[in-house]
Amino acid sequence: MHCLRISILCLLLGACLHGAIGATTAAAATIPDTIAQRVAACVACHGREGRAGSDGYYPRIAGKPAGYLYNQLINFRDGKRTYPIMTAMLDNLSDAYLREIAQYFADQHPPYPAPQAPQVDAAQLERGRLLVHVGDAGRNIPACVACHGARMTGVAPAIPGLIGLPRDYLLGQIGAWKIGTRHAAPPDCMAQVVQKLSGEDIGAVTAWLAAQAVPSDPSPMPASALKLPLECGSVRQEQRR
Amino acid sequence: MRRFLLRALALLFVIALLIAAWVAWANRNPDLEQATVAPADPAEQIARGAYLARAGNCISCHTARGGQEYAGGRAVPTPFGNIYASNLTPDRTSGLGSWNSNDFWRAMHDGRSKDGRLLYPAFPYPNYTRVTRADTDAIFAYLQTLPAVQRPNREPELRFPYDQRVLLYVWRALYFRPGQYVVDDTKTTAWNRGAYLTQGLGHCSACHAPRDSFGGTALREELGGGTIPMLNWYAPPLNGNRTAGLGNWQVPELARFLQTGISAERTVTGPMAEVVHGSLQYLHDDDLNAMAGYLTSLPQQLPPPQAAPDRMGAEEKQAILALGQSLYQDRCASCHQANGEGVSGIYPRLAGNRALTSPLAVNTIQVVLYGGFPPSTTGNPRPYGMPPFSQAMSDDEVAAVISYIRNTWGNQSGMVSSAEVNRYRTRQPR
Repeated sequence: MHCLRISILCLLLGACLHGAIGATTAAAATIPDTIAQRVAACVACHGREGRAGSDGYYPRIAGKPAGYLYNQLINFRDGKRTYPIMTAMLDNLSDAYLREIAQYFADQHPPYPAPQAPQVDAAQLERGRLLVHVGDAGRNIPACVACHGARMTGVAPAIPGLIGLPRDYLLGQIGAWKIGTRHAAPPDCMAQVVQKLSGEDIGAVTAWLAAQAVPSDPSPMPASALKLPLECGSVRQEQRR
Repeated sequence: MRRFLLRALALLFVIALLIAAWVAWANRNPDLEQATVAPADPAEQIARGAYLARAGNCISCHTARGGQEYAGGRAVPTPFGNIYASNLTPDRTSGLGSWNSNDFWRAMHDGRSKDGRLLYPAFPYPNYTRVTRADTDAIFAYLQTLPAVQRPNREPELRFPYDQRVLLYVWRALYFRPGQYVVDDTKTTAWNRGAYLTQGLGHCSACHAPRDSFGGTALREELGGGTIPMLNWYAPPLNGNRTAGLGNWQVPELARFLQTGISAERTVTGPMAEVVHGSLQYLHDDDLNAMAGYLTSLPQQLPPPQAAPDRMGAEEKQAILALGQSLYQDRCASCHQANGEGVSGIYPRLAGNRALTSPLAVNTIQVVLYGGFPPSTTGNPRPYGMPPFSQAMSDDEVAAVISYIRNTWGNQSGMVSSAEVNRYRTRQPR
């Protein structure tokens, strides 16, 4: 009988101790129930608040139009863009959650880095500026600003900005379109434009864009701001959603 | 001399005849001729079929990345080459539009296509053969309601001699035992339901069993655990053993884990995340409880895997563990906590985590290199993620941090070498 009482006491004491330890652990580790904490995995590469990684290849995602970011998440998941780690990260996430992640990063506005020093000569830079602002009617190449907005900060909801991005990243993306490893929803307007650009054009445009300072208002322009010179599947798809 | 040659030839002939007879005998399928029973309620049959198709996770292989659902085209990578899942939509030329329920039954139950060709067992008919005719008919009825998609099937891309379909007769004689699930009257209804789903549509043994060099699995090792060919993940043993198996799980807790992809101390990772996302999250509580109950009732089928021997001296180990500790404090502790206890229901516990202390470190290496999110499920719609570290940490660093967590907080497992980490760096996540 005595033995039994001691065992019961031990059991109760054990339970209390166990409870106490459990409580301290829970108190020690309070994880905020926020979307920022949930997507902490993203900023390991894309930088704090999505401001860009330390090298030129993990782009800034902060402040890009939500529809654009959502389209890219879907495109990685569905194999229209090729980066196996991104695809594996997103493979089993729902559309609703991807939409929330896109909106979160669209709402972040950390400061932009200083523009890069021009990496090409003045003539090349001028060629880049002309393509961005005027395009090349003779070759049926629209100006970048015709779609990406006069300030080149993008157009809501689905067209990304082009400034505040390193040249390596811009080259990587245009190159991916050129060789067919990056796609957007059909009709893929950007693919059509890229096919008309020569290597020289691409070098000039990316050098000029990377050398520009971000304007004081870096937000994307409203959807009604312009009429697109080309039909773009990703824009149409986002408007339908 | 001539008589001797004749005798030898006769003997060879008899042996060949015996082998042919064995192959033919082993390819019999006694209950193939089974009449279909018209459903009492066709709408109910279709709804049941949709549910059962989820239980079989058909959609996962039969949908190409970014493609239309059930229209096929996804490559199933095998050590013998790629096999492409077929179009299951009711398109008349490229899908199942010209099939009837007998054709479908023969595919599921006997691994043959409508034209009689043997199917490659990348389609897990060694499991699906256990599914009843009524359930097979329901799945077929459901598939026939899908929108028809014209998408021609792609032929397998297999190396010689595996591209010779006729060899499948021999493979089947060795590894395939047709037959519907037979109820074990000594067990409960729930146990039998769990066994039926696990062995049949769930096709758990397609990954959780060791495969030999011809891709076959032995029945008695059906859930003994094994490395998944080509994917480089270790699918752990599923049984009631407390050390190597699921013996420490409570049945409802395991069922909930299968449904949501998360428990207080664990999250689902790797290829299993896809199974939870595409299949298990849709199953009813009863069925998941039945499966969990069945799994935890199983005996251990295989001895645990052997760890690679480590040839490190004590000093070297100390240096690696010290590096691992500082990396852990820096990169891991903010989520998994300095004491390795994790955060209940959010970040997995590392202290005493059997996935981590397995003799095979491959899964941990995969998780550290490539990170990932548990699947979005109804029970865990907005999962917390784990960052990939492949771009931020060297092989030495990954090896050090994994060696540290495998040998701290009471964990006692082998060290991991940077060469081992490097082996998985070259592989592309799917």
